[in-house]
Amino acid sequence: MLKRVHFPTSALPYLLVAPQILITLVFFIWPASQAMYQSFLIEDAFGLGTEFVWFENFQILATDHHYLASFQRTAVFSLLVAALSMGFALILAGFAQRVVRGAMFYRTLLIWPYAVAPVLAGALWVFMFNPTLGIFPYFLEFAGITWNHYLSGPQAMGLVILAAAWKQVAYNFLFYLAAMQSIPNSVIEAAAIDGAGPARRFWTIIFPLISPTTFFLLVINMVYAFFETFGIIHAVTQGGPGTSTTILVYKVFNDGFVGLDLGGSAAQSVVLMVLVIAMTVVQFRFVERKVAY
Amino acid sequence: MADIQLTDLVKSYGPTEVLHHVAGDIKDGEFIVIVGPSGCGKSTLLRMVAGLESVTSGEIAIGGRRVNELEPSARDIAMVFQNYALYPHMSVRQNMAYGLKIRKLPKDEINRRVEEAAEILEIKQYLDRKPRQLSGGQRQRVAMGRAIVRDPQVFLFDEPLSNLDAKLRVQMRLEIRKLQQRLGVTSIYVTHDQVEAMTLGDRLMVLNGGYVEQFGTPIELYDRPASVFVAGFIGSPSMNFLPVEVSGSQAALPGGGALSVVSAHSGTATLGLRPEHLNEDENGPIAIEVDMLEQLGANTLIHGRLHGTEHSITASVPGHAHDGIGSIRRFSASPDLTHLFDTGSGKRLEI
Repeated sequence: MLKRVHFPTSALPYLLVAPQILITLVFFIWPASQAMYQSFLIEDAFGLGTEFVWFENFQILATDHHYLASFQRTAVFSLLVAALSMGFALILAGFAQRVVRGAMFYRTLLIWPYAVAPVLAGALWVFMFNPTLGIFPYFLEFAGITWNHYLSGPQAMGLVILAAAWKQVAYNFLFYLAAMQSIPNSVIEAAAIDGAGPARRFWTIIFPLISPTTFFLLVINMVYAFFETFGIIHAVTQGGPGTSTTILVYKVFNDGFVGLDLGGSAAQSVVLMVLVIAMTVVQFRFVERKVAY
Repeated sequence: MADIQLTDLVKSYGPTEVLHHVAGDIKDGEFIVIVGPSGCGKSTLLRMVAGLESVTSGEIAIGGRRVNELEPSARDIAMVFQNYALYPHMSVRQNMAYGLKIRKLPKDEINRRVEEAAEILEIKQYLDRKPRQLSGGQRQRVAMGRAIVRDPQVFLFDEPLSNLDAKLRVQMRLEIRKLQQRLGVTSIYVTHDQVEAMTLGDRLMVLNGGYVEQFGTPIELYDRPASVFVAGFIGSPSMNFLPVEVSGSQAALPGGGALSVVSAHSGTATLGLRPEHLNEDENGPIAIEVDMLEQLGANTLIHGRLHGTEHSITASVPGHAHDGIGSIRRFSASPDLTHLFDTGSGKRLEI
C-alpha cells in the first residue's frame, strides 16, 4: 500500500524498459519461436513445399546415429575443454597469487586471450599447427609424431579442444584469482604453522575453499564449450575431417545452412535451447544457495 | 619447552627499517608480552619468531637452535591469530586435528589429544560444528585448542582477544594465564592493551617505533619506567608529566612551589607523577585547578591544570569528591614515588 502511495503508477517505468524488451523480442523471442515452429515443419530443399509434421523431426533425430554420435562428441569436447582450461587457470592463478613484483603485468598478459575474437583465435592455432607451415608440427616431427589435423580425426579434435580451452583460460583465471585472494592470509599461515607444505595447503585448504567458484566455472565453461566454440571450429576444422569435430552447435549450422534440412536443424536448435535452459537453472539454483562449506 | 634468544634483530622493508636491533632472552616457560601502540612493530616481531616474516639481520634461536632459515612448520611453534584463522570448511575436531594429521600421528592418539584439549577448553559439545556456527569466544577457544593439541615448544599469540567484547576479554585473559601456567609452555603474546599486558606477562617488552623501550617485569615497569614513553604507556590513568628545574633535592614546579625528589641531577628535567601517588595535603606544593571530575565509584579522578599554568594534571583520590569546577585542591607526593626524565631524550635520570 505504502509503495503505491509513494510511487504512483505511470508509464515511465514501462518506457524505460521498453528498449530492452524490444531487443529481447526481436533478437531472441521471435527467432526462438520461429525455430520452434520450423522444427515442426519438413521443407524440401528448394523451399517449394512445406508440410506440418508435429514431432517427426524430433523422432528422426532420436534415431539418427549421426546425431547421437555428435551428442557424445560434444560431451567429450566440453568436458575436456572445461577440465583443461580450468585446470590450467587454477595453476596459473596459484602461481600469480604468489608473484609480488610485476603482478599487474602478469595478470594483464593472462587476461588478454579473452579479448581475442573466437575466429581469430582459431586462425592463430591453424597457423601454428598447419601441417606444412606450422611450428608445432615441425617440433612434433622430432618426437616422431606426424601431425595432420586435416586427415586425423583425433588430432583435429585435440586441436579444437586446445584452441577453445586456451581462449577460456583467461576468464577462469580471473575468477580463480579473485577467489584465492578472498581467502584470509592468516588461514594459509595457520596451515603453514600447522606443518602443511605448499602443495598440501593448496589441496586441503585453498582448493576446498574455492570449490564454489569451481562449480560456477564448470557450468559457465560447459555452456561456453556447447555454444560459443562455433567460431573456433569453423575457422580450424569446419567440423571435419568427416564429422570428427562436428559438435551439436556446428551440426545445427551444417545441417541447416549446408544440408538445407531446415526442419531438422531447427529441431536440433530447440534441443540445444532446452539444454542451455537446464544449465542456467542449475546455475541460478546454485547462486541462490548460500555457499556450503 | 624451550627458551628463546633474540639477538640484534633487524627487520627492513626495502630501505625502511621497522625493527631496530631488538634483543632479549626469554626463559623456558616464561610468559612474555610484547606491548606497544599500533605500528610499533610488535606483530612483525612475533611473525618473525613464527617464521612468517624473514629476518633482515640478527638471529632468533629457539631452544638454542638458530631458526632464522627454518620454515614455520619446522620451528615447533603454535600461533593464535587475531581473527582466529580457523579453517572454515572443517569441523572443530578437524580444525584441531589438522596439524596432528600432517605429523602422521596415530588416529587414537589424535582423538585422545583433541578430546583432552576440548575438555580443558570446555568446547567438547561443539566438536562437530563448523566454525561459522560458533560465537566469537568459542572460536577463540578452538583457535587455542588447535595450538594446545600440537604440544609445541612455544605459543605465539597475536592480539587474540581484540575481537571479543570487554567482559569476555577479561574472562579469556584469566583463562589464557591459567592455561599457560598449567602447561608451562614458553609464550609470547602481542597486545596493544596495557592492562592485558600487565595482568598476563611475567615480563613485558615495550616497543615503540621499532625500538625496545624497556624489557622487565610489570612491577619494574611501573615502579621504574625507563623512559617517558614507558611511564606514560604503563599504568592507568597515565602518568602526569611536568617540566621542572632540579637543584639539590628540590624540583621547582612551573607556577611556583617545589617538590622534594630523589636526584643527583640538576637543571631542567621532566617530572613524572602518577595520579594515584598524589596525596591530598592542604599545604602541598601541587595546586590543581579542577576542570572535570571522573567518578569511578571506588575513587575519583580529578582532571585539571596546575594552578597558574596550562599544564594538565590528573589526580586520583579515594572515594567520592564534590569539588566545583575552578576550585583548587592541593597535593603532595612522596619523594621516592617521583620520577625524573631527561627532557631531551626522554630517558630516566637515575640517581
